[in-house]
Amino acid sequence: MTAFLGTPSALGMSEDARFGLSRVVTLPGPFALDGGAVLAAVDIAYETYGTLNAERSNAVLICHALTGDHHVASDHPRTGKPGWWTRMVGPGQPVDPARHFIVCANVLGSCMGSSGPASVDPATGRPYAMRFPVITLRDMARAQALLMDHLGVRVLLAVVGGSMGGMQVLEWAATYPDRVRSAVVIASAARHSAQNIAFHEVGRQAIMADPNWREGEYYGPGDVPPTAGLAVARMAAHITYLSEAGLTEKFGRRLQARETKSFGFDADFQVESYLRHQGISFTDRFDANSYLYITRAMDYFDLAEEHGGRLANAFAGSATRFCLVSFDSDWLYPTSESRAIVHALNAAGAAASFVELSSPFGHDAFLLDVPELNRVVDGFLRAVAA
Amino acid sequence: MSLLRPDLAIIADNVARGARVLDIGCGGGELMAVLRDRQGADARGIEIDGANVSAAVARGLSVVQGDADTDLSAYPDASFDHAILSQTLQTARRPDRVLDELLRIGRTAFVSFPNFAYWRVRWSLMWGGRMPVTAALPVSWYETQDIHHLTIDDFRAFVAARGIVVEEAWFLAGSRRCSAVQANLLAEHAVFLLRR
Repeated sequence: MTAFLGTPSALGMSEDARFGLSRVVTLPGPFALDGGAVLAAVDIAYETYGTLNAERSNAVLICHALTGDHHVASDHPRTGKPGWWTRMVGPGQPVDPARHFIVCANVLGSCMGSSGPASVDPATGRPYAMRFPVITLRDMARAQALLMDHLGVRVLLAVVGGSMGGMQVLEWAATYPDRVRSAVVIASAARHSAQNIAFHEVGRQAIMADPNWREGEYYGPGDVPPTAGLAVARMAAHITYLSEAGLTEKFGRRLQARETKSFGFDADFQVESYLRHQGISFTDRFDANSYLYITRAMDYFDLAEEHGGRLANAFAGSATRFCLVSFDSDWLYPTSESRAIVHALNAAGAAASFVELSSPFGHDAFLLDVPELNRVVDGFLRAVAA
Repeated sequence: MSLLRPDLAIIADNVARGARVLDIGCGGGELMAVLRDRQGADARGIEIDGANVSAAVARGLSVVQGDADTDLSAYPDASFDHAILSQTLQTARRPDRVLDELLRIGRTAFVSFPNFAYWRVRWSLMWGGRMPVTAALPVSWYETQDIHHLTIDDFRAFVAARGIVVEEAWFLAGSRRCSAVQANLLAEHAVFLLRR
């Protein structure tokens, strides 16, 4: 998989350092947050693909999920792995650099280049750690809006995201209705349920119980990060991304590289070995404190609460066209959550499309090979652009 | 222009330009596409079958997967010029409530349904003693979605008892129209335009 860039246009995008892969911009502050804190300045790491047309009407923003990054369709510079959503974004895909000017930004609070707890606090010259202010999904969307200003994009043809990405899409539509022509919300929800919060709390407590966490102060030379806690957090979360049927099909009760049970506590079962691997490899690429902050932001997310307790208020008078997709085996953000959004959109009179697709893959389906998802999103985006 | 089913063609011909329309049980969006492209209507749809919804969304229509029995309550009163229920009334668990919702959401409602008193249906029952399988009712008794069969006279009595106004009605045998007087015997399909 090689990186692709659209043809340089009359806008001179090829020479303009704002456009391309692995960009970082420092957005001048003050940046006021929902929680009341103010950041002096905010770094946002991002990538762009394709070319902004002369009318500036073909911009598509891709929003990533909890542990994602801005390398949506290019090889990851460190791991060399292909972009995380090349099934949706790329040549011949529904979001196509031949037609669209595509932007994907690392969220505020993350650790992939945007400002987060591992970033240096300009006030002290040391990493923020737990002095980083608690952020919200709306703060993430606001930072992305400033990035769009920086790129010269006022109105987006579409904002597209799955899971936490879908929550950012909802925040975009509710906060900047006149800047969003269409919103694609996949396998997502308008609020975190008690069960969602519960799973996240397990993860956070696992991190905080790791003696290496040390109240988040593990960035110094010689410090060891709380990898054991973060790995357990990832293991618990990973279970929620898969369906029971998917786990059964993939692993069943099969044993890992042995004929019989060990009558000990090794990873006897394949599913144990798989989860341990998922947990440990995650710690190579993700910061434990960022995990705390972003899961907190998701738990705080309740779009209705931000709009007087009625979800339909978030979309009142909206001219944005919405497309929602859920998956029948997703129990993390089940169809009922998407249906609640659809009911609110109907109550607000907004133009909405919604379909529950069938997939055995659970919540992760939005990242996997589900041709019907591409067909739906492609048709929707083409109709919006028409 | 794709060829619409005769009852849908009647509805399409009677929707005003630029009207706001909710098509309940819109299938793959055949009628909605015509209303959008020919009439400039702001058409929205509800459909229970996922494959149909995907097809409709893929052709750029605003269609949500949902059930006429449970997913109409979110729509505000009089939020559409027309609510359309074509060939769906007889599949509802509670057709009476669906019709109430239709007339709440739409200023007017188009309702079309197959007539169970059509002479071929009567013939099949009377002389064959078997549940009819006809052009209008093509599915066998054990797999049909139709759980509330009705006749044109049933529907007339039903709306009269509820004080619902019939603004207009059309009766079809195949693609040919037939008169209101003989409709209960000779019509395979009926289309009613209703309001409160």
